[in-house]
Amino acid sequence: MDLTQIVQYCLSGITIGSVYAIVAIGFNIIYNATGIINFAQGEFLIVGAMTAVSLYQVVPLPVAILLAVLITTLLGGLVELVFIRRVRDASVLQLIVITIGLSIVIREAMLHIWDEKVRSLPYFTGTSVSTVSLLGAHISPQVIWVLGVSAVVVTALTLFFRFTLTGRAMRACADDRMAARLCGTNDRWMVTLSFMLSAGIGALAGCVISPVTQTQYDMGAPLAIKGFTVAILGGLGNSIAAVAAGLLLGLLEVFMVSQFQVAYKEAVAIVVLLLVLVFRPHGLFTRREIGALRAS
Amino acid sequence: MRFRRYLPVFIGALLIVGFQVALSAAGATYYMTQITMSAYYALVVIGLCLLMGYAGQVSLGHAGFFSIGGYTSAVLTTCNLIAWRDAPLVAWCRSLGLVFERQDLYGATILSFSPWPAFLAALVLTGLIAFLIGLPVLRLKGHYLAMATLGFGLIIYRVVLGARLFGQSDGISSVPPFPLIAGLQVNGRSAFRVQNYYIAWAVVMAAMVLAISLVNSRVGRALRSIHQNEEAAHSLGIDTYRYKLATFVLSAIFAATGGALLTHYNGSIGPGEVTVMKSVRYVAIVAVGGMASLWGALAMGILLNFLSLRGVFGTYDDVVFGAILIAMMLFAPQGLLRVPRLRLLSSLLSRRSHG
Repeated sequence: MDLTQIVQYCLSGITIGSVYAIVAIGFNIIYNATGIINFAQGEFLIVGAMTAVSLYQVVPLPVAILLAVLITTLLGGLVELVFIRRVRDASVLQLIVITIGLSIVIREAMLHIWDEKVRSLPYFTGTSVSTVSLLGAHISPQVIWVLGVSAVVVTALTLFFRFTLTGRAMRACADDRMAARLCGTNDRWMVTLSFMLSAGIGALAGCVISPVTQTQYDMGAPLAIKGFTVAILGGLGNSIAAVAAGLLLGLLEVFMVSQFQVAYKEAVAIVVLLLVLVFRPHGLFTRREIGALRAS
Repeated sequence: MRFRRYLPVFIGALLIVGFQVALSAAGATYYMTQITMSAYYALVVIGLCLLMGYAGQVSLGHAGFFSIGGYTSAVLTTCNLIAWRDAPLVAWCRSLGLVFERQDLYGATILSFSPWPAFLAALVLTGLIAFLIGLPVLRLKGHYLAMATLGFGLIIYRVVLGARLFGQSDGISSVPPFPLIAGLQVNGRSAFRVQNYYIAWAVVMAAMVLAISLVNSRVGRALRSIHQNEEAAHSLGIDTYRYKLATFVLSAIFAATGGALLTHYNGSIGPGEVTVMKSVRYVAIVAVGGMASLWGALAMGILLNFLSLRGVFGTYDDVVFGAILIAMMLFAPQGLLRVPRLRLLSSLLSRRSHG
């Protein structure tokens, strides 16, 4: 492997990794506000991309993406209002089962709306063959879009959670829901908001990666597994660490593919997931004591 | 009390015989094929019910155990050892009757393992894998456990799709019938329909009796205490981890039994049996049955699998199971039989299974 090849692999690893990071952040937002792992997170990505593809037939690309993000955001809110809010003092098992059920229903609904054809949005700039040279390696301009959008999303979220009242209220709910409520935070609305936010971000991610990875109705589940792996790897709820973990997994996957059969590519993430769950369930970057406190 | 506890088994047996007579009289014996298949799927559900309902541990990877059982049986009974027929190990197996010779469709001679040793090997292997997987995984809780078992199921799926040994996306076909004892064999051909209906039910009822006596024993009480409050159970001196692990292995073996027998019955197995959707489906059935209700799980396992196999749900097959999951958790997390309006029915059934 020469230098150019390594750079090439690194770049595609970083691209895939930043997609995983965005999915992981979607998990984290909901987990932070509610303690729920939303198994339907992957479906939000595909709904977003599919809606954008359909809207692109009638409106220009930026408008289509904007509308798709809005629609998916509403869908996320609707899911929370109709299903999650109805179960009071639900056990973890119950919530897992509900979100799994939701992911199946959403996926099958997509199959009936959009059939099983593979679709994709057009490249945002240039075409599928245009490239940008970087250190001798050639990458598609879409890759830069993916990286840019991931960076913007992470920065915006960090600012949102740190400096806005709503963001702080959401973090307060995550820390101690009762205390947040006593301080006058509308904790139910915060949960709804967290679902909307993660659905919207998921939809945006789905649109940005659509030209590169294509979009099919059943691609949500594999993405969700990888996003979850990344979320665990970084420590559940920690979005900055999720970015690092995402890049790590992306690079790992790409270099594994260069060495092993492609058929086992999917297994890499799952093996990583199992190893992390067994040895460091609180994440790579979280201290054991903090993990134990969070889990209780 | 003992009699009351097993009363449903006798009622069940009467129903099974009655159903067979009715179907034969009506000339609709083809329904028995799907009932037989549903019965084998119900074995997975019974095992999962023990794990989820009684020990309180979720598993999203039981289709994996089902397939390990099925694929092990299939590989061992279809592999061809003819090239090594004179090797000392094969000759030794032959003298013990562990291998047998047969002609395939094209008249070629195939020397492969007999179904009985293959079946036992499948159960042992599944138990072993469940033990090794359960060892680290059952230390996890909630979401982590769910994701870890889901991950296990996905790895099995990838291995099946990727390895030539397992026929990749084609699966393994022309698995021979399974002669159990004199005259009885697990065989999907229509001449064996009635016989197989009873074989499947005998296996299911044996599993039910085993499960019921387990639930009502010291072990069952320990499991229920784990489900309600693991810390409290632990402080009472119950080795919670060991009980969870044992239940996990037992439920995996139940699943493997179903998988191996169904593979012989169908004569084939494919990667469709290993998908996450299959695992979710088993969870859905246990949920509808009422989590901690073995009879509920059995009834729903037979009913839903039968309807699904008959193609009643059409292209909405997966949606039905997804919707069932959501609806059950929203409106009746204790299971259908615990809904107030149906309590009369439930008092007839559930009190007996708890004894």
